[in-house]
Amino acid sequence: MNQNRRDAMRIGSILGLAITAGLLKPSDVFAAEWQGGMFDAKSLADAVKAMGGDNYTISKDVSVSGPEIAENGAVVPVVVASTIPNTEMIAILVEKNPNPLSARFTIPAGTEASVSTRVKMGGTSNVHALVKADGKWFIASKEIKVTLGGCGG
Amino acid sequence: MGNPMRIRANVSGDTTEVKVLIRHDMETGQRKDAAGKAVPAHFIQTLVAKWKDKVVLDAEMGTSISKDPFLSFKFKGGAKGDKVTVSWTDNKGDSRTDEVVIA
Repeated sequence: MNQNRRDAMRIGSILGLAITAGLLKPSDVFAAEWQGGMFDAKSLADAVKAMGGDNYTISKDVSVSGPEIAENGAVVPVVVASTIPNTEMIAILVEKNPNPLSARFTIPAGTEASVSTRVKMGGTSNVHALVKADGKWFIASKEIKVTLGGCGG
Repeated sequence: MGNPMRIRANVSGDTTEVKVLIRHDMETGQRKDAAGKAVPAHFIQTLVAKWKDKVVLDAEMGTSISKDPFLSFKFKGGAKGDKVTVSWTDNKGDSRTDEVVIA
């Protein structure tokens, strides 16, 4: 009984040490925790700030692609991509949605910085791809016109 | 447990393309039902894709991802017969993990 407890403690402390020593990053052990704050942000600026990107520059190496006109705002296919080396994160933001941040992708080394998905749009809006690479922030935008909103149900 | 996902992974050259189709309502919390009551939000919050225990994509989602979410991405590596695992968790604590063999 007691021995088991000791073993458990020993394993626990070794794991703890490994984490503090930087051998095992917490992100390797657990999936990223969903951070409500950035998704609750009500404006583009607030969402960007909640992610930690205060200063961003418009970059030609980042792209957002999607239809010029989406007939159904509930399902708008969007591709966000970056050719900037060491891109570590890409986020999709729909400026005029009640909560602009749609999704945030963490790109590990070896994964292409290009993700396609489908988002809901309340109406015609700019769609932004926000990229973090080497600690710097870049953005690209595209206006997608919506003829039928996706938030009314 | 959520509904099973449809996952496809195909390797061409040195990159593997993964396509994931999830069945999930992705309720925003802003829609009202016939009685005028707000439908509570129910949406996927996190998704992790792994290949050989290495994370190849880590996604956090909000309510504005479409119903029955679709995702596609590519990573370097992967060979025919390797497994890719995709797991998601939603805001009600429900989760689902499915795996596919790279073709």
